[in-house]
Amino acid sequence: MEKLWNDFSFGLFFWQIIILVVLILLLKKFAWKPILDSLNSREEGIKDALASAANARKEMQNLKSDNEKLLQEARAERDGILREAREMKEKVVADAAEEAQKKADRIVAQAKESINLEKQAAMAELKNQVAELSVEIAEKVVRKELSNPKEQHQLIEKMIGDAKLN
Amino acid sequence: MKKKNIAKVYLTVFIAFLSISLNAKEKAEGEQEGGKVDTKEEIKEYIDHHLADSHYFNFLSDGEAGEHYGFPLPVILWDNGLKVFSSGKFHHGEELVEIDGQHYKLYHSKIYKTDANGTINYSEESEYPTNERPLDFSITKNVVTMIAVSLLMFLMFSALASAYGKKDIPTKFGRFLEPLVIYVRDDIAKPNIGPKYRKYMSFLLTVFFFIWVLNLIGMTPLGINVTGNIAITFALALITFIIVQFSGNKSYWKHIFWMPGVPIPMKIVLAPIEVLGMFTKPFALMIRLFANMTAGHVVIMSLLGLIFVFQNWIAGPAFFGFTIFISIIELLVAFLQAYIFTLLSALYIGMAVEEHDDHNPADNEDIPVL
Repeated sequence: MEKLWNDFSFGLFFWQIIILVVLILLLKKFAWKPILDSLNSREEGIKDALASAANARKEMQNLKSDNEKLLQEARAERDGILREAREMKEKVVADAAEEAQKKADRIVAQAKESINLEKQAAMAELKNQVAELSVEIAEKVVRKELSNPKEQHQLIEKMIGDAKLN
Repeated sequence: MKKKNIAKVYLTVFIAFLSISLNAKEKAEGEQEGGKVDTKEEIKEYIDHHLADSHYFNFLSDGEAGEHYGFPLPVILWDNGLKVFSSGKFHHGEELVEIDGQHYKLYHSKIYKTDANGTINYSEESEYPTNERPLDFSITKNVVTMIAVSLLMFLMFSALASAYGKKDIPTKFGRFLEPLVIYVRDDIAKPNIGPKYRKYMSFLLTVFFFIWVLNLIGMTPLGINVTGNIAITFALALITFIIVQFSGNKSYWKHIFWMPGVPIPMKIVLAPIEVLGMFTKPFALMIRLFANMTAGHVVIMSLLGLIFVFQNWIAGPAFFGFTIFISIIELLVAFLQAYIFTLLSALYIGMAVEEHDDHNPADNEDIPVL
């Protein structure tokens, strides 16, 4: 301890305080402040850049998922449209078939009807002709009656036979 | 095999040469008695002389021839008025300097007032002279070194600062300095001081680099020992002490004088202990740096001195090897002490500015014992 006191130099202490304080102040102004400021701003810059990169990545992800969603929607829509079209087609085909069937039925019905009508008309004509024939026959019979009753009879029979054939 | 041999020869020659040159240097510095320094007492005195500050900036001196290679430094005394003269007038302690009828003698690197004959008086109980000493504001070797280091630091760091103006990333030497600055900020200031660290960065950075560079300069063969000087470490610790006390917030003072969370009798007991703690912390800073650096110098010089005590071909290389080994450790210590001083300063500042919400056990951080 005595050695320490003996060695202690107030002058050195004095100079040290002055030098150190001046050095601190000088370095603060010309070195530490600018150095720390630029370190800080650089670190902020790096942090910002990283954050914006992360943001961009996130946005990209979002965009990608949006695209995916759109694509999915489009695909679903396409499928829907296709299904609808198929259904429509089937329906149209079925409708057409039904229509055709109906038409055919109607035509057949009409045909039947007209056949019936024709038939009736033919029948009527036949009946008329038969009536006429009958009248003619009757006329002829009436004329022949006079000549030969036998022959007359034969003729009537023949006439009737003819009529039957008709 | 051949290469190895050549290397061995070189090493031997190198060691021999170094031993010779060291021998020459040791001889030269034994200026008080003259002649070789090869006894234990002489070596001890030589080491003491080396550890002390000096009024000369000597690179080399030849004790036998009485030649000194270096330059004298200005002596500034305050003794009933300012007295300025060159230390060259002392002729390395051989002559008295008379100014205004007052005689001054340079004795063991210190200036004493003496009578016209230059008598140095000793008292019974002390081994140091009882002569009165003038207030010595001389620009000594340590002051010159500090100014040189300050200039060097200013050049280095202002260059680094201006490098940022041109580019975002420094080039050349700045690449070495920048991580150190970041290290002090991120590993010393931020964790210990907390969010208010910016205010103290100038102090911490300056002190860190100042101590480190001075420690490293102490490792050079120039024989400079600045940080191993009690006046220097006292000044450093005093600045820490002042900064801590002026940063102390309400809670800091409350924890010193009226410790919260303990019963009143304990508060009364703790107050003087805490007040004492205010002073012991910087005191420990002062002693730690001083003792570590002085011890390093003493060990290295003693090991070198042993070479000249034994003076044979076995001890020489062996102690030379030891010296190299210790020197490498001292390089580490040079950094470590700068780090510890800065770290503890930051820790004390952190304790002074810390905001306590309430006193919970988590607040009782352990102070590292270093």
